[in-house]
Amino acid sequence: MNANGNLVQVKKLKKFFPLRGHFFSRSKSFVQAVVGVNLEIRRGETLGLVGESGCGKSTLGRLILRLEEPTEGQIFFEGEDILQYKAERLRQLRREMQIIFQDPYSSLNPRKTIGSIIGEPLIIHNIGTKKERSERVLRLMEVVGLRPEHINRYPHEFSGGQRQRIGIARALALNPKLIIADEPVSALDVSIQAQVLNLLEDLQDEFHLTYLFIAHDLSVVEHISDRVAVMHLGRIAELAPSDGLYSRPKHPYTHALLAANPIPDPSLARKRILLQGEVPSPINPPPGCNFHTRCLNRFDPCDKEVPVLREVEPSHWVACYLYGPNP
Amino acid sequence: MGETGNLLLKIRNLHTYFYTDDGVAKAVDGVDLELVEGGTLGVVGESGCGKSVTALSVMRLIPDPPGKIIQGKIVFGGKDLLTLSEAEMRKIRGRSISMIFQEPMTSLNPVFQIGDQISEVLTLHEGLSKKEAWNRSIEMLKMVGISAAERRIMEYPHQLSGGMRQRVMIAMALACSPKLMIADEPTTALDVTIQAQILELINRLQREKGMSVILITHNLGVIAETAQMVAVMYAGRVVEYTDVRTLFATPQHPYTQGLLKSIPRLDEDHAKKAKLEAIPGLVPSLLDLPPGCKFSNRCKYVFEKCGQEPPLEEVSTGHFGRCWLHIHQ
Repeated sequence: MNANGNLVQVKKLKKFFPLRGHFFSRSKSFVQAVVGVNLEIRRGETLGLVGESGCGKSTLGRLILRLEEPTEGQIFFEGEDILQYKAERLRQLRREMQIIFQDPYSSLNPRKTIGSIIGEPLIIHNIGTKKERSERVLRLMEVVGLRPEHINRYPHEFSGGQRQRIGIARALALNPKLIIADEPVSALDVSIQAQVLNLLEDLQDEFHLTYLFIAHDLSVVEHISDRVAVMHLGRIAELAPSDGLYSRPKHPYTHALLAANPIPDPSLARKRILLQGEVPSPINPPPGCNFHTRCLNRFDPCDKEVPVLREVEPSHWVACYLYGPNP
Repeated sequence: MGETGNLLLKIRNLHTYFYTDDGVAKAVDGVDLELVEGGTLGVVGESGCGKSVTALSVMRLIPDPPGKIIQGKIVFGGKDLLTLSEAEMRKIRGRSISMIFQEPMTSLNPVFQIGDQISEVLTLHEGLSKKEAWNRSIEMLKMVGISAAERRIMEYPHQLSGGMRQRVMIAMALACSPKLMIADEPTTALDVTIQAQILELINRLQREKGMSVILITHNLGVIAETAQMVAVMYAGRVVEYTDVRTLFATPQHPYTQGLLKSIPRLDEDHAKKAKLEAIPGLVPSLLDLPPGCKFSNRCKYVFEKCGQEPPLEEVSTGHFGRCWLHIHQ
């Protein structure tokens, strides 16, 4: 299964966060953030990961980076099981994968200059001389569209879009293979969003990057991704190439998400699929298919057993009983 | 301005400035807007364009100091709100005009049951007894689609999800059947499926109650699906104003055109994954605006005339733009 094309492979990954119960309570409860996810990220692709808040998409990203330790499962990076890595190997691994955070206001140290923020990964990993490092920092700033005179300024002097560029430059500093972008444009203004999306695309071509692009905005994900995985309550509901997912969605949840996304064209008469009720709690998810409580197409088997992700069209995977019983 | 029907709200030449240590921020600098009874006005723009300050000016909720409404008129139901005393204004707020905010958690009081918070509006403005107000609150919660309202009413804000809290805020805003509801980014903090529910709810309540709505948002999709008239704001000014179909079909101002081109769209052909046409440059700081047309430093059509500030003029019937490209003189 470990084809050469895969940069990352995730097998049966699980992450349960324990909840502190009452002092006298016996049973311990868990937030089931990621529940048995199998996923591959191919070299050079952009894999989009969409879902509503609390669906586990950020946790999945952090697990792959080993910023969280999984409860169960395996993560392979370039064919090696990175969960076995300790201290030094792990530090080496961190050079290969980097993250861009959502909030450019809280992810930059306010007491450091732009130059030292971008150069810090180089110092940590002991790369180059001081002079080489500062050349590299200037080059990175140029690549992401910051002016060289900004090098000694502090984050508060920059707007949201510029800060996100700083975060991107820092992520690029070590020439990583994989960048996990966790809602990189959702805090930005509309006109600035497009600038940052274009920048990410240019950088991907220039540096042969692989992206895991996590976002809740379906139109942004569609624009940038080659393949898209839709997550619902810790599980993958559908996984398909971008055009297939958006033109021929299979899972009722994907249908609902697409229908709920407002389209900027008032002349378009659209049928809204309004989901009733709230997103179920990940502490006590519904049995069977965890979407069945809100699903308009539910029938007999849905609340009994978890549907398995299966390939219903070439490279189009869906976990739903509408497409047959579990294999 | 190009609309027929009974005018409920007319804003003329509104200027709201903030006096900060770094200088005067002209957050709203000459805004004209109007809204007919039963209509929905969408106000769209990016952060710092003055859309929220315009709304707060209508509510007379500008923190003073540092903020001050320098000049202008806000005529609501025949009265200029800016000439009213604070006591008179208090009778209007929550009763004739109410407002819902982006983050429902910070606008609800965490230490009171939601029933108390809805009842307060009713006892204050409608003079209901506590018991009557409580029963009406249960009705309001049912109206906004909260199930098990009798039980929910005794809960505290932290026990509710984001979508539920926004429903409670709407119930509270609608308790006195206001003529005008101002919704400032009401769905920005919510998931798309919940956003669709809340927008549907606002639309339904508006139809049933004949209420007027000002919907403030940065999301052009939300505007397209809910508003009838749209004002696009940039740097404290209205740069374009027309009905929603005209705006999306034939946008006039280069800023509006840029905004529409810079958003990725789901309904377009998936095969051509074209680059987005981003608007270059940054959203300007209100303390450091370019002279003349405020968009001139990001505009690709800029020419010498843009050194002067263009007026907001009717470029075709019912379509107003603030750009020298379309002003025929």
